[in-house]
Amino acid sequence: MSRLMILLLALTLPMTAMAVEPDEMLEDPVLEARAREVSRGLRCVVCLNQDIDSSNAGVARDLRLLVRERIVAGDSNSETLAFIQARYGDYVLLKPPLNTRTYVLWLAPPAMLVIALGFGAATLMRRRKRGIATELSPAEEREIHQFIERQKAEKDT
Amino acid sequence: MTRTLAFLPLFIAVVFGGFFLWGLNPDRDPNEIPSVLISQPAPEFELDPVVGVETPGLSRSDLAGNGTPVVLNVFASWCVPCRAEHAVLTSLVERDGIQLFGINYKDKPADAARWLSELGNPYSRIGSDLSGRAGIEWGISGVPESFIIGEDGTVLYRYVGPVVGEAAISKFREALVQAGALEREEP
Repeated sequence: MSRLMILLLALTLPMTAMAVEPDEMLEDPVLEARAREVSRGLRCVVCLNQDIDSSNAGVARDLRLLVRERIVAGDSNSETLAFIQARYGDYVLLKPPLNTRTYVLWLAPPAMLVIALGFGAATLMRRRKRGIATELSPAEEREIHQFIERQKAEKDT
Repeated sequence: MTRTLAFLPLFIAVVFGGFFLWGLNPDRDPNEIPSVLISQPAPEFELDPVVGVETPGLSRSDLAGNGTPVVLNVFASWCVPCRAEHAVLTSLVERDGIQLFGINYKDKPADAARWLSELGNPYSRIGSDLSGRAGIEWGISGVPESFIIGEDGTVLYRYVGPVVGEAAISKFREALVQAGALEREEP
């Protein structure tokens, strides 16, 4: 059992490995941490659904180096993102910005939630207003009375 | 109220159906990366010539003021599709008189020189982009990529991947016609 555990643990280790190569890393751990944070928000333009921090593509490596260069040059995280966004467009950001083209994307989920809650509330309110019947209506009483009479009549014959 | 509500499922089906129909459109390429450069001035860059090749280097100022729109092709000797595309570009230069510039992307100069002497050199200028930095300025995702740049230095068109095969060539030629670099061919 413990052997199996060791094997499983050994197998999970490679998954945590990043594509960032030692020669790319900055000496200053604070700046390196910022570079990692920025690169996790940038899309690799070759592999599309991967961030550049975990991509082995050549362009991703170039962008990682560029991110570090900008950070060392004194850019803030958002300035670094803006620098790359100016060249690759909104597409390079893994978190799409809120603008006229993305209103549907950002506003559709809350709008759907509001609509769904509205419908739910309206249905509940209507049900509560109607109330639960505690006695039969005169028409129902009459119907039952007729039914009992008919049954009696059938039995007698 | 109930009567209008009865149409709600139909309405939802129409909305979702329309969305799916849009998604199924075969002409829509979900992998296409929109370029921010279109209708923008070409990015600033300056590249030395490839060592061992006679052709002069390339910078931003070379792209404008040629009297006609020009084609900028990003290529490398290690890029196999570039080899296939080379014949198409050569024909554009020799048959149609298109002015072609090249960025030799992340290539060893010796390899690039051998590649060009073997296949021929249709480029009037080639910049050697050893670091890939000019490639980033152009927002490329890989090689080959081709741009059409207007007389005033505005980027008019971007083609990602090799211009090879009838569909790609006619698409690129159409873009050249639109840019005013080619006469429309009579069918």
